[in-house]
Amino acid sequence: MSPPERVLKVDIWRGGESGRTQRFEVPERENQTVLDVVTYIQRHLDAALAYRFACRVGVCGSCAMTVNGRPRWTCRTHVSRVVRRGKLSLAPLANLPVIRDLVTDMTPFFEKWQAARGRFVPGDGPRDEMAAVSPGEKHRIAASDAIECINCGVCHAACDLVSWREDYLGPAALNRAWAAWNDVRDGDRNGILRAVVSGGGCHNCHTHQSCAEHCPVSLNPTFSIAGLKRETLKAKLRGELK
Amino acid sequence: MTPLSYLLQRGTAMALVPLVIIHLAVIIWAIQGGLSAEEILSRTRGSLLWAAFYGLFVLAAAIHAGIGVQTVLREWTPLGRRAATGLGHGLIALLLVLGARAVYAVVWA
Repeated sequence: MSPPERVLKVDIWRGGESGRTQRFEVPERENQTVLDVVTYIQRHLDAALAYRFACRVGVCGSCAMTVNGRPRWTCRTHVSRVVRRGKLSLAPLANLPVIRDLVTDMTPFFEKWQAARGRFVPGDGPRDEMAAVSPGEKHRIAASDAIECINCGVCHAACDLVSWREDYLGPAALNRAWAAWNDVRDGDRNGILRAVVSGGGCHNCHTHQSCAEHCPVSLNPTFSIAGLKRETLKAKLRGELK
Repeated sequence: MTPLSYLLQRGTAMALVPLVIIHLAVIIWAIQGGLSAEEILSRTRGSLLWAAFYGLFVLAAAIHAGIGVQTVLREWTPLGRRAATGLGHGLIALLLVLGARAVYAVVWA
């Protein structure tokens, strides 16, 4: 006789900003990610469950949720690593508006990327030659340390400052701004510095390091923000932040 | 927080480190033979050194506390930028006045 199937008790947030948790029972498997559990529920127990995913392999950054109180990428989080006494608690990411169930509205997150000017601005006119950026150049190295962000929103959800101040740009946007500022081909690098000293800018960071602690791809946005603080201060003292 | 207030906050924190250490060390040393107003005043009266020391202390502490409280108000209360900045600046002014009075009293009064 085979042993009885072990069951996970999964509490999932249902509803929008207001709602309640709903308990599901899901067969426990030896190798099972949190995203597998959510997909099982949606396919076998409640087809109306709303959640978001795309790649399932830790590249797209779309499946982040709050798992037992911590923001995590669910496709690369094994249940065995986070389950507590056979229970999982799943909720949408914090610090973002909830659309339904496990789906948040990422609009404010990406608006902050734009506000921090985390995008490339070309210089004037076409260049005659390719811009040569040596792999060993210090700005290139700094950009490499910050550039692998998958936009999952985990750091944004983990940041105390984001929860305290609605206008704070947040670790993801500021980390992106730091990577963009370190692109020496950018046509308006001081424009980035001006963007990140606005009201909710980089100087508000308390260096709690929650972003670095939770980042699934081991980036350190706090370090990037420290770089922005340093460079904005230098630019301010040089009178370049008009 | 603006780059300037950030610079002032960090700068005053650095200035306060030796000032607080010296302040505490002098307290411990000064009370060894008992503590009296006369004894304190005999040390501070007419002393430009103590006037400069506590003058700098008052300045650094007032700025540091004002900016810090302003930040706390923005993060923990519904107050907007103007109200928080106003209260922070008010606290800086208040601490400067109280501190300057105290320094004047022990050095020149």
